[in-house]
Amino acid sequence: MSSNESQVSVENVSKVHFSMTGEPLLALLDVTFCVEDNEFFSIVGPSGCGKTTLLNLLAGFEQPTRGELRVGGELITEPGWKRAVVFQEYALFPWYTVAQNIRYGLRRKRLPEAEQRRIVDHYVGLVGLRGFEQRYPRELSGGMRQRVSIARALAVNPSVLLMDEPFAALDIQTREYMQDELLKIWQREPKTVIFITHSIDEAIKLSDRIAIMAPRPGRVEEIKRVDFERPRDPTDPGVVRLIADVKRWLRQQAFTAEHDERRERAAGETA
Amino acid sequence: MNPASSRVVAGSGGGTADALPAAAPSRGAQPFASGEAQRNHAVTQADMTALAASMVPPPPPAWRRALSRLSRLWLLVAFVVAWQLISMYGSAVNPQLDVMMPPPTAVVSAAADLAARGVLLTHILDSLKRVLLAVGAATLLGVPLGLGMGWSPRFRSVVDPVLEFIRPIPPLAWIPLSILWFGIGDLQIVYIIFLAAFFPIVLNSLAGARDVDAYLVRAGLSLGASQRELFATVVLPAALPQIFTGVRIGLGIGWMALVAGELVAAPSGLGYMINNARTLFRSDYILLGMVLIGALGLALDFAMRELTRLTMPWYHGK
Repeated sequence: MSSNESQVSVENVSKVHFSMTGEPLLALLDVTFCVEDNEFFSIVGPSGCGKTTLLNLLAGFEQPTRGELRVGGELITEPGWKRAVVFQEYALFPWYTVAQNIRYGLRRKRLPEAEQRRIVDHYVGLVGLRGFEQRYPRELSGGMRQRVSIARALAVNPSVLLMDEPFAALDIQTREYMQDELLKIWQREPKTVIFITHSIDEAIKLSDRIAIMAPRPGRVEEIKRVDFERPRDPTDPGVVRLIADVKRWLRQQAFTAEHDERRERAAGETA
Repeated sequence: MNPASSRVVAGSGGGTADALPAAAPSRGAQPFASGEAQRNHAVTQADMTALAASMVPPPPPAWRRALSRLSRLWLLVAFVVAWQLISMYGSAVNPQLDVMMPPPTAVVSAAADLAARGVLLTHILDSLKRVLLAVGAATLLGVPLGLGMGWSPRFRSVVDPVLEFIRPIPPLAWIPLSILWFGIGDLQIVYIIFLAAFFPIVLNSLAGARDVDAYLVRAGLSLGASQRELFATVVLPAALPQIFTGVRIGLGIGWMALVAGELVAAPSGLGYMINNARTLFRSDYILLGMVLIGALGLALDFAMRELTRLTMPWYHGK
């Protein structure tokens, strides 16, 4: 892979959504950032800050109202395997077995049969699902389903792996275990990862850099580099301080947002 | 029992649990359940099944299960017995009961009588043929139309007014015209049944395609599926359970339309048989026709459900 094939650039991206009543809403305003090759990049923020909108734009499910998104210099215009997505609710095909799910993208790429089988086998092993190849998704636990989903996305060898709160639906033990395993996979087979989460602890545990977003209008407020050696110890004073900083900052944001809303509402009532 | 397997059994139900506690110590080697834990897990999988089997009583023998399934028919049996008794002893109170409600035994002898004359099978097969032809045609046309309407809102908005205009017209209202068009015969009746079965099949296919999980569509697209591949690998399988429901409803309504069609104008069939018996005052033949339609409907629905089970092992909807 050439050095910048999986570099992501987001330039001055704004997105307008429409409310049920047809009122235009600014979901994103002037978002700009770059993600380096093989970087683990997280996007955190409270709900309503536009992080899912941003992921939809990166995946190509939606088009920006203004601005441009590129991967390896190429403009994102539609969804495709170069930006494979791992969803919070797994989105596995219930009518396919574990092996068939992982193979889905390989069939679409029309790879030779033998190669498809070899790749499926590799990723089944990588995510620890050997012996479960012929099971249907409904027979698996949440953690196992998410592993299938990760294997399915990695199997197509995307330039960027997009992950939309992938562990939010899992219980806390499984979540922490999956975070560890995702890190191991990423260290073994480096890849540009854009990871959406609302958990600061999760973002700091995993990422090289974190974009912190704020709502109304959705925007990237700050990008922080996390310089600690992996695996990161959550009790390390530096990590503790960083987590506390970010949390305090986000709380301040939430407070300001609520304060603004109250004031607006009060102004509306007196007018 | 060795400690390893008992720990796994205690920690998880069946094969659906994560191997997470077991894999934790083997850090660094292989991501997700490393070699050691993986082997451990694979071995205990068989152990778990054996252990689970030893904890529950053995399943009853096949004849026992068959018997218990049969015993669930007691209400049906009680119903037939009650019918027999009322018809037999009721005629002492009301002598007309013989004609108004012949007993099940009379229905059986009517069947034997007609079968001996060689007409019973013809009636059954003619009706069956008409229903299957009509519902088959309704499926072939209705499923693609419904899927197309469910998938493309624009296509739906164009076709919907036409469909919703024709749909409220009862199939039976078409009979005079269809006799005019097709004459008295198979084609005319097939057409009436087709009209009756077509709409539930279209509407169910439409709902199935429209309600496909948006995340599955996105997953397909982000894995490189073209629109055509998406339709074949996501929309169609997602809609399949609902398509089957539509065909089952279509079959049920088809039988209703069949009898109505054959009552009015037909050279043969169970509806014709019932109507003919009416003019001959043979209420045992009428009851026989009704019982046969019920039994055929039940058998076809059972076949459809088995087909559902076989074609969709992943789907466990009841």
